[in-house]
Amino acid sequence: MSDKETREITLKGIGASPGICIGKAYLVDKAGVDVVKKYAIHESDLEKEKNRFRIAVKKAKDDLHALVENSHEDFREHADILETHVALLKDKMLYGKTIETIEKEGVNAEWALRKVVSDLQTLFRRMPDAYLRERAADVVHVSDPIMRNLMGADPANVKDIDKRVILVAADLSPAETSQIQLERIMGFVTDLGGMTSHTGIIARTLEIPAVLGLDDVTRRVQNEDLLVVDGTRGEMVIHPVEDTLVRFVRRRMAYEVRKATIMRGGHFPAQTLDGVTVQVMGNIELPEEVVSVRDHGGDGIGLYRTEFQYLSRPLFPSESELFEKYRDVVEVMAPQPVTIRTLDINGDKAIARHSETTEKNPALGLRGIRYCLKEADVFKTQIRAILRAAAFGNVRILFPMVSTYDEILEAKRMLDEAAESLDREGAKFDRNVAIGMMIEVPSVAIMADIMAKEVDFFSIGTNDLIQYTLAIDRGNRHVSHLYQPLHPAIIRMLRQVSDAARENGVGVFICGEMAGEPIHAPVLLGLGMTELSMNPQSIPSVKRMVRSVNTEDAREMITDILREATAEGVRRVLQAACGDLMRDP
Amino acid sequence: MKETSKHVVITNELGLHARAAAKMADIAREAESTVWAIKGDHAVDAGSIIDLLTLGCSEGSPLTIRIDSQSDLNILNRIALLIEDGFGE
Repeated sequence: MSDKETREITLKGIGASPGICIGKAYLVDKAGVDVVKKYAIHESDLEKEKNRFRIAVKKAKDDLHALVENSHEDFREHADILETHVALLKDKMLYGKTIETIEKEGVNAEWALRKVVSDLQTLFRRMPDAYLRERAADVVHVSDPIMRNLMGADPANVKDIDKRVILVAADLSPAETSQIQLERIMGFVTDLGGMTSHTGIIARTLEIPAVLGLDDVTRRVQNEDLLVVDGTRGEMVIHPVEDTLVRFVRRRMAYEVRKATIMRGGHFPAQTLDGVTVQVMGNIELPEEVVSVRDHGGDGIGLYRTEFQYLSRPLFPSESELFEKYRDVVEVMAPQPVTIRTLDINGDKAIARHSETTEKNPALGLRGIRYCLKEADVFKTQIRAILRAAAFGNVRILFPMVSTYDEILEAKRMLDEAAESLDREGAKFDRNVAIGMMIEVPSVAIMADIMAKEVDFFSIGTNDLIQYTLAIDRGNRHVSHLYQPLHPAIIRMLRQVSDAARENGVGVFICGEMAGEPIHAPVLLGLGMTELSMNPQSIPSVKRMVRSVNTEDAREMITDILREATAEGVRRVLQAACGDLMRDP
Repeated sequence: MKETSKHVVITNELGLHARAAAKMADIAREAESTVWAIKGDHAVDAGSIIDLLTLGCSEGSPLTIRIDSQSDLNILNRIALLIEDGFGE
């Protein structure tokens, strides 16, 4: 087995965030939490550690017995299964081996158990009969309660990662990524997810190389394995040999040099060949990322996602807590604008830490403005914090997930109420914030001419707009290739929104992933967008692209694009018109 | 010298699954010495459910049960009976 384990393996996935890193693997369980830590046990404490394991097993056994005793006669069958589980807990392949591993390797019980279970899984996976293989694999789940008992009420968590590692996971939910101490993560590799999945976005935001959608990388990689991750090419190597390492170190240097060249141009304004100045702004999720926007030459914050303060915590954040965070961002960016988007999740679920699957279709469910209008108190707390922060700089407020006209009226009414209450209290605030709405649901894109009468600006969230318009789950590997920003339906929709905005004199901005791809800039400028907002690290290369565009030509190109029937056709027109601009910078 | 192994065939539909293996292991653990379950050239400890499961016995699989000590003859017979009886299913 050992020679098999150390053979160099190259895997191809989706390069979701560019860059190259070399480091040790850190495996996150499929549940995302309870990462098992390994630590050495001193010889004199081995007996104590073994006892800790015995007690954990006994407790698991007692709990099972209690279940058996309480089970109704009708569930006798079920009770039999539980009895089998009780027997399995004491099975020498599980129990004996774990005790032996603690003793022989001098490691903690959790690690020993995890190792034994993982060895068993390997053993079972080799069984030829699929049915038996799966049934057999089930037995290892009896170890779950033992593990829980060992780890106590506060299981080891991704947030406890204490060294620089490459995170290996099936997938990471927003709640999990929010707990990771990101400065400790060198790279991401995952089984699931694609370019626009949450992990992909986070990785790009923080400029951490990521290769996603690798199918079964969590099975192939063991903790501490040496890995190379090349997010630029969407490639990773397990157990690289020396030649491979040398090759990737060279590539990493070339990448850094190229990046530095582009970065240097980041701080000059983005002006097209015909003299149109385009605002190139940054999207942020954490207040700390403001620094990154400034470093990359951003002209402001085009999208400040505020979900972060609501994730993985027992209570909703208080008004003063939110205010402090917002003010930090607003003050640092002043006088440049900060666009604060109100809560765009189902806050109840975030707070209660319920799995995201409780709603069958969360993307179509109770989230964004729908949730906020229903939970007026949560919403009002946030709006008050935003209005107070507005007194310290240039704030724009942005409502997400609007799908009907009434929602925007209602949101504005609540904004008035919040302002009135602040006024009554004599608080320091600024009511003169620009009000905007996200265009991400097709219904409001279609109704853009009507909606424009009620707001100061539109911000087009291309990620969701594309997802909803093309009916593509961007996190689903099987269909993610159909997620095409240049689909003619999307181009037409963007034009409709842009035309409605211009006719009504309201701003039209783009804050989706689409804006961060330099090759899209000629299209977006041709459509009349005046502001692009993106992950901070994309700002320099998009600015560079803007400088080589002539908006007159871009508009003509759009006329040609609108005649195309497919995304492929659109790409061809784009290629013909700006092919010389699209070469890898 | 009396025979120290018996050849049996798994007759129950689901093969040697966890609950069946648990019954077998229960008996095997009463033995003084190790009781072996052998399929092909793969021999495992019949006292371990997990070990038994790794044999991957489906319906119709031939299985050899072997004891190391004559004093466990009774155990051998009970296990053979259990298997022939389809684990009472």
